[in-house]
Amino acid sequence: MSTITDPPQGAFRPSMLLNDTRYRSYTFQFIALIVLIASFAFLGSNLFSNLAAAGLNISYQFLGSPAGYDINQALVEYNSQSTNARAALVGILNTLLVAFLACITATIFGVIAGVLRLSNNWLVSKLMSFYVEIFRNIPVLIWIIIIFTIMTAVMPAPRAFRGDDATASMVMNAFAFTNRGVYIPAPVWGPGSLIVVAVFILSIIGVFAYRRYATKLLYDTGRLLPMGWPSLAILFVPTLLLFFIMGRPIGLEYPELKGFNFAGGIKIGGPLIALWFALSIYTGAFIAENVRAGIQAISKGQTEAAGALGLRSGRIMNLVVLPQALRVIIPPLISQYLNITKNSSLAIAVGYADITATLGGITLNQTGRAIECVLLLMLFYLTISLCISAIMNVYNNSVKLKER
Amino acid sequence: MRRSNRQNMAVYQEEVRMKKSVFLGALSVAGVAAGVAAAGTLDDVKARGTLNCGVTTGLVGFAAPDANGEWNGFDVAVCRAVAAAVLGDPTAVEFVPTTGKTRFTALASGEIDMLARNTTWTFSRDVDLKFTFVGVNYYDGQGFMVPKELGVSSATELDGATVCIQTGTTTELNLADYFRANNISYEPVPIETNAEAQQQYLAGACDVFTTDASGLAATRATFEAPGDHVLLPEIISKEPLGPLVRHGDNEWGDVVRWTLNALITAEELGVTSANIGEMASGTNNPEINRLLGTEGTLGEMLGLDADWAMKALSVSGNYGEIFEATIGESTPIGLARGLNAQWTEGGLLYSPPFR
Repeated sequence: MSTITDPPQGAFRPSMLLNDTRYRSYTFQFIALIVLIASFAFLGSNLFSNLAAAGLNISYQFLGSPAGYDINQALVEYNSQSTNARAALVGILNTLLVAFLACITATIFGVIAGVLRLSNNWLVSKLMSFYVEIFRNIPVLIWIIIIFTIMTAVMPAPRAFRGDDATASMVMNAFAFTNRGVYIPAPVWGPGSLIVVAVFILSIIGVFAYRRYATKLLYDTGRLLPMGWPSLAILFVPTLLLFFIMGRPIGLEYPELKGFNFAGGIKIGGPLIALWFALSIYTGAFIAENVRAGIQAISKGQTEAAGALGLRSGRIMNLVVLPQALRVIIPPLISQYLNITKNSSLAIAVGYADITATLGGITLNQTGRAIECVLLLMLFYLTISLCISAIMNVYNNSVKLKER
Repeated sequence: MRRSNRQNMAVYQEEVRMKKSVFLGALSVAGVAAGVAAAGTLDDVKARGTLNCGVTTGLVGFAAPDANGEWNGFDVAVCRAVAAAVLGDPTAVEFVPTTGKTRFTALASGEIDMLARNTTWTFSRDVDLKFTFVGVNYYDGQGFMVPKELGVSSATELDGATVCIQTGTTTELNLADYFRANNISYEPVPIETNAEAQQQYLAGACDVFTTDASGLAATRATFEAPGDHVLLPEIISKEPLGPLVRHGDNEWGDVVRWTLNALITAEELGVTSANIGEMASGTNNPEINRLLGTEGTLGEMLGLDADWAMKALSVSGNYGEIFEATIGESTPIGLARGLNAQWTEGGLLYSPPFR
């Protein structure tokens, strides 16, 4: 007759790496890691030896040589004699600009559509599901091209503004909507304008201070101060008063038809608008689904309890449901922000000079340094994505469920 | 809610996986494919039985698939001639459409054996990128196209204009240089594909469309009202377009070079697809005999059959016949011979002798 005994707790033997479940997984993981490293090393060394055999090398010297091409939208000083590195910088800033703008508008579109999709109004909720399904299920590149094509086909060309029988005219003599972009008046900073700007910034701080005070008063005494019109008043009244007292130091420069194009004012290029709009409306559809999921994750009891306390539905959404829903919404939202940033690399389809179009496009083409450029691109997108993740994780930590 | 979280997780993992596999893929393409390049291309092509020829993704007249999916055009004819010379079969060509961006990587990695994609022969492409341009099959130059209604008659009147460029060529640099040298401002709109750039230009989103003059003519031919657009007289660059191969494989380079030269020489000597059968039985002109392989051992020197040039010429005739059939004045593209006439007729085409 045998007795049940504990398994022998003997010293570690190499055979336990295979036979003992405690160690077996480590063995496999270790083998997998070695194989992975070995295959990368093989591909890498193969690449280098083949490059060497073809007489090519990996060199980043091209970054310092003149780029030789022009870029239509540069946020920093740039001309065709600037270096390739400078062209890459221009591209980076353009990428960041469109990604930043698109993240904001996509969030706005997404939150509105997500909330409205849960509306009790049949028409509204169906319209929103239509929006979500249409935009989510067609590739973003197609949307970018469709929107750009429609924009150039529908909007008038600058030459339509010319002559006595012009078929197009400027809105309020200040805004020109053309198929090359939108021209808006540019501010001209006169003497003393700095004071006006400073007052405006102070007003913004003032608005926040007022709202803080109102919230505190509400919690302490239960008195509810009006929020809307005082905020607006604090924001605009002092600045406007000062603006007129100082004798209008900030002027406007209006766009004007000159030669082939409008000159003066600020131009928001067609490619930027098309890309920005396409990215926001496409990603907005995904964000709408995240928002809907977040809201539906909040138990109905919360809404009913808030209703029982006498809150109106708008306040229930803003004060009770959304703050709780945020902790479900934020993590997938990070993913969507990353998607926007990465999808902005489709910019070249509409001639927007982002990093993929400058460094990964024209520079790559003209220098033929494909591997170098692509490695730099990978590095850039990786860095940016990790930065966005890091920032959003900090925010996520501040809104997530705090267990006390 | 749990389901959506799981979905998101799955999406996220999918992304991570994709990124990894893309990276691995890129490395392996660069790594493995480059290994192929080392062997002798001529032997590779013969062993494979097909020629991998890089062409454009579609430029009417130069290389574009017709209604039946058959590739046709001026550059395509060079590919077919080489395939006929090497393999004896003009249809044994695998056409690989390449963009301005992918063409050099495709050639350097060995994905294609030769590139015939109206590619400009420049110093840095030849020396720095390690390619061998075997010759010039079209002497081109960058030009401008504007709508007639603008009333522009010279490129120097283009101050402040918006210019659509098909990106990925030498075009951007020529443009920047030209406008800088003439001290006029402009706004570039670089567009990836010809079709998209064309659409922008037609919608009036740009005032000017610029690319090689031959490309402009080809593009204009596809417009509804070609007469409403004019090509400006300025040609702002030299664009010798020609087929190219990798550096370091001289036997293969010779095959492509002399196939091209055979097409040019045949025109000079009056060998056409109509009379080639007759001439192949022997003529009084020793150079024609050497070209067609009835005299001498030129084919053997190249590692090909004696009648290699004859096979190449039987496909669609000599250089002049190809030109007329694909981009010449009788076609919608309507290009005149101009610089591309034989040297005997005041052009630049001048093939070294077959001797």
